[in-house]
Order: sequence, then C-alpha cells, then structure tokens
Amino acid sequence: MRRETQRLILLLLPAGILFSAFFLIPMAELFLIGGAGKDGWAAYAAILTNANYFNSLLATLGVAVLTTIVTLIISGISGVFLQRHKFRGNGALVAMLTFPLAFPGVVIGFMVIMLAGRQGLIGAVSEALIGDKIVFAYSLTGLFMGYVYFSIPRTILTVMAAAEKLDPKLEEAARSLGASPFRVVLDVIIPGLKPAFISAGAICFATAVGAFGTAFTLAARINVLPMVIYTEFTLAANITMAAALSFVLGAVTWIVLALARTAAGGTVAAAG
Amino acid sequence: MRTKWLFNLQLGFTLLVCAFLIVPVILSIMAGLTVNYLVGIESGLTLRWVMEVWNGYRNTIFLSIGISLACLVVTLLIGIPTAYVLARRQNALARAIEELLVMPVAVPGLATALALIVTYGSLSGFRTSWTFILVGHVLFTLPFMVRSVLAVLMAIDLNTLEEGASSLGAGWWRRFRDIVLPNCRAGILAGSLMVVTLSMGEFNMTWLLHTPFTKTLPVGLADAYASLRLEVGSAYTLVFFLMIMPLLLALQAFAQPRLKKYVPEDDTHE
Repeated sequence: MRRETQRLILLLLPAGILFSAFFLIPMAELFLIGGAGKDGWAAYAAILTNANYFNSLLATLGVAVLTTIVTLIISGISGVFLQRHKFRGNGALVAMLTFPLAFPGVVIGFMVIMLAGRQGLIGAVSEALIGDKIVFAYSLTGLFMGYVYFSIPRTILTVMAAAEKLDPKLEEAARSLGASPFRVVLDVIIPGLKPAFISAGAICFATAVGAFGTAFTLAARINVLPMVIYTEFTLAANITMAAALSFVLGAVTWIVLALARTAAGGTVAAAG
Repeated sequence: MRTKWLFNLQLGFTLLVCAFLIVPVILSIMAGLTVNYLVGIESGLTLRWVMEVWNGYRNTIFLSIGISLACLVVTLLIGIPTAYVLARRQNALARAIEELLVMPVAVPGLATALALIVTYGSLSGFRTSWTFILVGHVLFTLPFMVRSVLAVLMAIDLNTLEEGASSLGAGWWRRFRDIVLPNCRAGILAGSLMVVTLSMGEFNMTWLLHTPFTKTLPVGLADAYASLRLEVGSAYTLVFFLMIMPLLLALQAFAQPRLKKYVPEDDTHE
C-alpha cells in the first residue's frame, strides 16, 4: 500500500511541478506586484475607487449579464426544441449551431464585423431599406453580439444534454392536467434544466468578463476591463495597476465559476 | 393544430439563430475569394488573397501547428498519469487537485499571461522562444486532457481490473500499459482533439506571450484584421477554417458514440 501511494505521488509530480512553477508561483508574484506600486495595496481597491476603472467594471459586468441572459434564452429555446423534435435536417442544424465552438475571440470579432461593420451585411441591408447605414460593430453593442455568438454553441450543447435526461412523462402529465404550453415550460422544463442553466450561464458570464480577443478585434476604444488592463500594461506601462486589475478579474471569474459549481451540484466544465 | 403552430414558431426561431451563426462565416469565405468585396461577386473570384496570406503569414500557420502538437505531447505525458492518480484516489485531496488544475481555464488568459511575464519575462532566452507560448497553452489545455481521460476511467471498474491483473502477477507498468491505456483510448482521443483545437485557436494569452518572431495563427489573424484590407483578413480566416474544420468534425464524430459506448450492456441472462 505504501509503495502504491509513493507511485501515485511520483506520477502526480510532473503536473505538480509544472503547475507550481508556471501557475501558482506566477500568480503569487502577480499578486505581490499588484501591491508594490506607488499606491501600495490600495491598488486592489482602485477598481472601486477610481471612477474610470469602476465605470469599465460596470460596463464589463453589464455586457456579461446581458450576454448570459440572452444566450440562455436563445439556447434554451433552440436546445430543447432540437432535442425534442427529431425531424429531417435536425443533425445538420445541430452541426451548424455548434460549428463556431472552436472559433477564437478574434475570429468572433471578425464575424461581428462581417455582420455589423462598415462593409457589413446589416449596414448594406438597412441602407437599401431605409437609406440609413446601421453600423454598430465597433461598440459595446457589437461586443455584446460577439459574446452571444461565442456562447450559443457551447450553451446549446449543455442544454441539449440536459434536456435529453428530462422525463417527457412529466410534461405529458402537466398537459393532461390542463397546463398551457407556457405553464409547462415555466413549471416543468425550466426547473428541470436549472442545473444546466446555472453551469452554462456561469461559463457565459466568465468568458464575457475575461475574454479579450473579440474586444481587441472590434476596437481599442471599447471600455471593458480586459481592454483597460491591456492598455495599462502596454501603453501606460503601468505594470502594477495591470497586475492588480487582472488579479481581481481572475478572482471574480474564478469565484463565479466555483459558486455555480456548488449551486449546480455537478461539475461545471469551464471553457475557453 | 396549435402544436403545429408552436413547432413552426420554434423551428423558425432556430433557423434564425442558425443564420446568425452561419451567415457571417459564409460572407467571410466569400469575401476571401472575391476580387473586390465592396463591388461584390461580379468583380470575379480569385485566389490572390489566399496566396497573399500564404506568402505573408505561412510561418504563423507552421508555428501554430508545431505548438499545438508539442502541447499535445506534453499534455499526454503529464495529463494521463494525473488522470490515473485522480481516478485511483477519489478523495477530497484529489478533488482539490482537480479544482486547482482547472484554474487556468477559469482565470482569464490575460491574467495568466501577465503572471508569466512578470515572473519569467526577464529570462530573455525563454521569453523570446516559442516555448514561452507553449507553457501558457499547456496550462490552459491540460485540464481538458485530464478531465476527458478521467471521465472514461471513472466509467470503468479500474480497481477490479487492476487487482485481477495484479493477482495474475502483472507488475504496475504492465497493468498501466495493457489495461489502463487501452481502456481510456476514447478519452485520450477526445482529449487530444480538444487540446489541439484549443491550442490552435488560443489568443487571450498568446497575444501577450508572443514576440515578433513567435507569431501564432490567431495572432497573425488579429494583425491582418487590424491592418490589412477586408479581403485579406477574410482569406486568412478561410485558411483558419480549413485547418480547424477536420479537427471539429473528428471531435463531433467521436463525442457522440462515446456517450453510448460506456453504458454497460445487458448481459445478465445466465
């Protein structure tokens, strides 16, 4: 038994060394540097006390909350629908809806530009219809659209997997007792999917808070926290502030995911 | 009648969502192959933009392939033993370790990259080499390999299998090679595809970790989007799609039968 334990420790060693050297120690270093600037540890409060940072925190959280709500509604409707109705072409629809799963944030940003950018489809259509070119890619609205685009594929997969386990008999029972389709959704389907909604929602939220590529592609002016951190680091060379802000950002996303994991009871598979 | 109406409404909605996701992909593919996107498809089709990307950016493609394969090797070597240990010891400590390993995925890549830079940025030989990016990618993809293999190991009765082999005199290495590895083949495969796909597309960390001599494909994409005409950006995106498509198709193909495979068959009739 002792030899067994020794062997297991030995097998875990490479991961342990790699993880300590390249994640735990650097994170500790980041934390220390964040408190070593001219403001000292007060830098960690700057996200609340400095009006600029606080505003971008609000913008970041706002976009993230909105992304989460809209993505859950869209994926909830389509995910349950595709799981329940196996019509011809169902597989093709699922394949299309999950195709963007592996797109990095920069590509998502480019997709938003193709739709709502200066040479985009929405602009061309609106110009032809109402004579006014609608362009919103390079703003918070464009960013929001990108995050919804990014989140739909993985959320639909989670919802479909959860909907597969729902017992259709419960819905039939509710219907036979005279419940309207609306009440069935409200009282049977949504409670049944709640764990999936919590875990998928947490991932939507965390990615929208921490993602960087989409905002970077759309415009440097979008005032969300990851962009602020990037600007502090590169343009202002304010490494201590960038360190403090990114540590706070990391803590926020980690806590959200950990809370969701506790609430959902299962494992929340985090996603990039 | 009423259910028919509801069905059509939901179908219409789902088709709209599909259009939202797929139309920009099609537009971008078209733009990458058209002479002048503003004029439209009438201006003619061309491979000129794709060639321009190939000439200007092919190094980023090779670097991305190289890094993702190196990342795969490292995550296989480190991830499989880790998953094995976590499967053998299913206690609070094992869960805490799993939780820790997932942290680089939960924490934004920007923060991890900054942490790596403030700690190792002064080692210039390391900072300017591609292995600096590799480290970030390994941190980010390792949890996916571990979880994928772990899920399969949890679904089989590892202890009984190993005890059986052990009682027949098989040493540890023999058991690991002949029992553990073949049994978690599906998990290793799914994890590998995931690792390569994620590494290929990683941007959040890589943008800070890269140097002018270590540009990966997504870094090149960001460059092209910012500074070149729409057609070139589109052609570059097309190249990215072509590289990622086989991986995605394989991932979808393997992800589905895997769920069924580990449901024990009903062979209890004596």
